Amino acid sequence: MKKERENALIFWLFLTPVLFAFLMVIIIPFFMGIFYSFTNWSSSARLDNALKFVGLENFINSLKDPTFLYSFLVTTLYTVINVIVTNAVALVLAMVVTSKLKFRNIYRAGFFIPNLIGGLVLGYIWQFIFNNAIPSIGETFGFLSALANPDNLILSKVSSAIGAIVTASVWQYAGYIMMIYIAALEGVPKSLFEAATIDGANEFQKFKNITIPMVAQAFTITMFLTLVQSFKQFDVNVSLTAGGPSAMFMDKPLFGTEFLALNIYNTAFVKNVLAEGQARAVLFFVVLVIVSVIQVNINKKKEVEM
Amino acid sequence: MIIKSKKLFGLEIVTSLVFLVFMFPFMILIMNSAKDAFSISQYPMALPENWGMIFSNIKTIWNSPNIRYPSSFMYSVSITVISLLAITFFSSQAAWVLVRNDNKTSKFIFLMFVAAMVIPFQIVMFPLLSWYRTIYMVTGIKLLRTQWGLILAYLGFGVSLSIFMFHGFIKSIPYELEEAATIDGCKKHEVFYKIISPLLKPIHATVLILNGIWIWNDYLLPLLILGKGNKVQTLPLAVATFAGAYVKQWDLILTAILMAIIPIIVFFLFAQRYIIKGMVAGSIK
Repeated sequence: MKKERENALIFWLFLTPVLFAFLMVIIIPFFMGIFYSFTNWSSSARLDNALKFVGLENFINSLKDPTFLYSFLVTTLYTVINVIVTNAVALVLAMVVTSKLKFRNIYRAGFFIPNLIGGLVLGYIWQFIFNNAIPSIGETFGFLSALANPDNLILSKVSSAIGAIVTASVWQYAGYIMMIYIAALEGVPKSLFEAATIDGANEFQKFKNITIPMVAQAFTITMFLTLVQSFKQFDVNVSLTAGGPSAMFMDKPLFGTEFLALNIYNTAFVKNVLAEGQARAVLFFVVLVIVSVIQVNINKKKEVEM
Repeated sequence: MIIKSKKLFGLEIVTSLVFLVFMFPFMILIMNSAKDAFSISQYPMALPENWGMIFSNIKTIWNSPNIRYPSSFMYSVSITVISLLAITFFSSQAAWVLVRNDNKTSKFIFLMFVAAMVIPFQIVMFPLLSWYRTIYMVTGIKLLRTQWGLILAYLGFGVSLSIFMFHGFIKSIPYELEEAATIDGCKKHEVFYKIISPLLKPIHATVLILNGIWIWNDYLLPLLILGKGNKVQTLPLAVATFAGAYVKQWDLILTAILMAIIPIIVFFLFAQRYIIKGMVAGSIK
């Protein structure tokens, strides 16, 4: 009897700190957030008489707002490009540094290092590169003079600015994804390649029929990681383009590279409609849940197959 | 054989060029931290005329009342260290009781933590501020604009993944070990601190590194909880505030960035093996 009581005491004693923090920071704000998204919550209408229930108004307004629809589209576009490029670069780098190159360990560390730098800080470095360093290359070399033309600044056009954000993100994230592929590649038995070589398979056939299937498990992890991280992109977005340059969408001028996370932030703090920003965050959450559920299902199916 | 080594040599050349491309932003950063405002805007790609300039730029940033580097650095360090200590200590003991009590309550609690990993920061960030404000009005405990509010938030956001990882690791530790200790007269909590905790070292490293890199570099959470222009600020916040106020003053901005990333690069060079191992283990779990 005494032992059971001691057990229960330790159980709750050990769980209390994490449950307390979790309740304070996630559970309570989460339900508050869902509640607030159905109200006229603002900095002046808090939990007092001024706070009113408005039904689905915030959601309807969000879905009618071109800036939100646009940022949804542009985030999706960025996510697709970024997932593909990051994974392709990471896989190639992983294959290269697991070969017999002399300086492979230096390359490995070098490709990984950008991952240690925060998105905010590295966004400024890349802003300097795109706005100052690249035009200066154009000035120096005659045949690249187009780069020096102020009209051609990479961050001044929406399409190239998205490309710039992808560049910075890939630089930051490819080394990390590379490490996951390396772990997967090192698990592939060398004898498989030797057998294939004896059977006369060429490099491409070996890649397609041995490497790809053997790292398939890693693909589900890396896809999910890059997908979620791209979709949530905020820091690089803020420091590299801050949402600019401007674009036209549904006859409305808006920020051409304002991704969802930034759009949510700006809706609440710049446009000053807190409740609508919260409603967008709820929609953002729903999309992420759908993506995660799909991901878990794919993973389960794979496990059954294996 | 000759053809093969030629191919390898070609690959070596190509890879080293790619490596240089990856290092290019760092080179730009270091080169231009050693220039004055004029030569940065005129010759951003040129080598600096006088490398000694880097020290005077560093001194300017160090003494700048706008960036307050020494105090921001100290706040970054203390916030990261205290958050990490709290996260690893509390999540490891929580994970242990969740593993060793096989009942509905512990299954439910564990599932709750796992499910919460899907919750994006965006959905809780505005209500969190309002909740912190309410707590202040009711109890007088100040969580907004203080490091304690930020550390509590890191604990709340960090425990899910950390408990998940400790949980997986502790499951692989044989229970007989604990039974033996209990028979030898070990009290329940002593079993954890004396027997289990020392066995958790490898997973501790992983959890520390994953959370450490996130917390050190985080921008949005400090921005919301501490706010701009606060006495308490972290390095990313200081850099952002500074870059926002001194638009285009690249000589100072780049030096500030250099000084913000040096600590983590130095840390990486010392703990490289653990960091890479830890981060890969973290992703695969």
